[in-house]
Amino acid sequence: MMDNTTAGRPLARSSSSSLWGRLSRNKLLYLMILPGLLYFLIFKYGPMFGLVIAFQNFKPSKGVMDSEWVGFEHFNRLFTEPDFLQILTNTLVLFGFSLLFYFPIPIILALMLNEVRSTGFKRLFQSLVYLPHFMSWVIIVSISYVMLTMDGGIINSLIESLGFDKVNFLLSSEWFRPTYVIQVIWREAGWGTIIYLAAMAAIDPQLYEAARMDGAGRLRQIWHITLPAIRSVIILLLILKIGDVLELGFEHVYLLLNSMNRDVAEIIDTYVYSVGIQQGKFSYSSAIGLFKSLIGLILVMLANRLAKKFGEEGVY
Amino acid sequence: MVQDRTLGSRLFGAVNFTLLAIFALVTVLPFVHVVAGSFTTSAEMAVNKFVLIPKDWSIEAYRFVFSTSTLFRALAVSACVTVIGTLFSMLISSMMAYGLARRDLDGRRVLMFMVVFTMLFQGGLIPTFLVVKELGLVDTYAALVLPLAISAFNMIILRNFFQNIPEGLEESAKIDGCNDIGIFFRIVLPLSMPVIATVSLFYAVTYWNTYLSAILYLNDSKMWPIQVLLRQIVVLASGFDAGSSMDGEVPPPDQAVKMAVIVVATVPILIVYPFLQKHFAKGALVGSIKG
Repeated sequence: MMDNTTAGRPLARSSSSSLWGRLSRNKLLYLMILPGLLYFLIFKYGPMFGLVIAFQNFKPSKGVMDSEWVGFEHFNRLFTEPDFLQILTNTLVLFGFSLLFYFPIPIILALMLNEVRSTGFKRLFQSLVYLPHFMSWVIIVSISYVMLTMDGGIINSLIESLGFDKVNFLLSSEWFRPTYVIQVIWREAGWGTIIYLAAMAAIDPQLYEAARMDGAGRLRQIWHITLPAIRSVIILLLILKIGDVLELGFEHVYLLLNSMNRDVAEIIDTYVYSVGIQQGKFSYSSAIGLFKSLIGLILVMLANRLAKKFGEEGVY
Repeated sequence: MVQDRTLGSRLFGAVNFTLLAIFALVTVLPFVHVVAGSFTTSAEMAVNKFVLIPKDWSIEAYRFVFSTSTLFRALAVSACVTVIGTLFSMLISSMMAYGLARRDLDGRRVLMFMVVFTMLFQGGLIPTFLVVKELGLVDTYAALVLPLAISAFNMIILRNFFQNIPEGLEESAKIDGCNDIGIFFRIVLPLSMPVIATVSLFYAVTYWNTYLSAILYLNDSKMWPIQVLLRQIVVLASGFDAGSSMDGEVPPPDQAVKMAVIVVATVPILIVYPFLQKHFAKGALVGSIKG
């Protein structure tokens, strides 16, 4: 960073503009940063350092320093384990579902909301659809549970009264993915519109005026003005989403997971939890976690490069 | 907007309006159903499944859920963790944010990079668990607060706000003999109340919703916060320990009881929601655009 205040008077350097002087003058500021810095070092960088156990046979009794080093053994095991291929597939399929069925919804909602003239309705709509975002996954899944259960849930009662057979939404493999995606839409679609609405608010109203003069209907205005204006935001969020490919929400999936849908619902995160925490295989599960983080990082870099190739700005 | 009144445009407007209204209704109806269901008697629930407004209002379910100390204890745990956690998080986040907002601080870029990097890459579940375990925090309430004490996102929102406070104010306070800590608490904080309120509410919601930390770090069911108990009661149909019940005999919770517990866990969020809503759109935008 350019130091503008001293650049103008290079000869008049007082003692306080030497590095040591500035450090000691700002010592109270460093003191204020210290607790936060310690937090990041201990709880964020500590675990990053702790990832070395992925290359060890870590024993809690021996500690990180004295545990036996095994190189890439756990990673080799990962790719020969038939379980793991299944879990990787589950993760990717669930991600595909959420990309296909969730990602466009906030864009569509924002486009629709942008066409509403009444600010009263807009505000009411936003108050209602932002609400679920602040509910925990436990609450979202619990409400779904009491509504979907075969044992007196409103949805199954409705299905029955229409003359169909009850559906076991909660305890079946084929309903897991639709349930997951619908819950994601319910909780996040409304909140997801905020960033698109902000981008739309920045559009010059004269553009619409001119389009109307040329006889463009509202759909054409959306297609030729609104969509191009939010294109870079869409691409930005798409890149971030792709970086999150393996980040499907541990809590959410864990809450939906049961012995009847495990074959499709077990994803990398839940597998890490059950292998690491429940079975105590710390090294193996850390290797899986590291594998996941690295894939995420690589994907975000690839998506970013691709976006730049098509003339977009990218994330960095 | 004169040109806007063509038939096609009006039809478009009407369809658009209707679809949005349906979406909003579908979003809210589950909540209405659960609240209504919690005030319904089991008998009415058995006959009439589609309750949106109960015919006979009943607080039977609430009487049941509050008949044991289980729910009170979980609520108290969550309330304490939320209040103490939010105060602690705000204190250390805003102090760090203020330091990083000051342009004359050496090393602020390196420190900022350290923070942002944790948003891109993390050690993950197991190494974090081992750190918390090594620190001896397992089975303490500190395990629900310390590992999540600062959200990089919230800290950046605060920093961006502090950065926009005119430096002249700080300069004049300094001339009056105020030190950096004094400037922060007496000048910067009072000027930042909107963003302080927003971020506090973000933290409070996170702490109230804590689930993962609790199942990772707390083995003792007596220490459970409300979210863990809620899942136990609704999904696993257990959780009310027979020992603390008045008659010792606990039937599996029925629909109305489950709904009552959901409502109890949701109400605090509903109470703060209007305040959240007032500020959050602004806060979220500041963070996402500049961060």
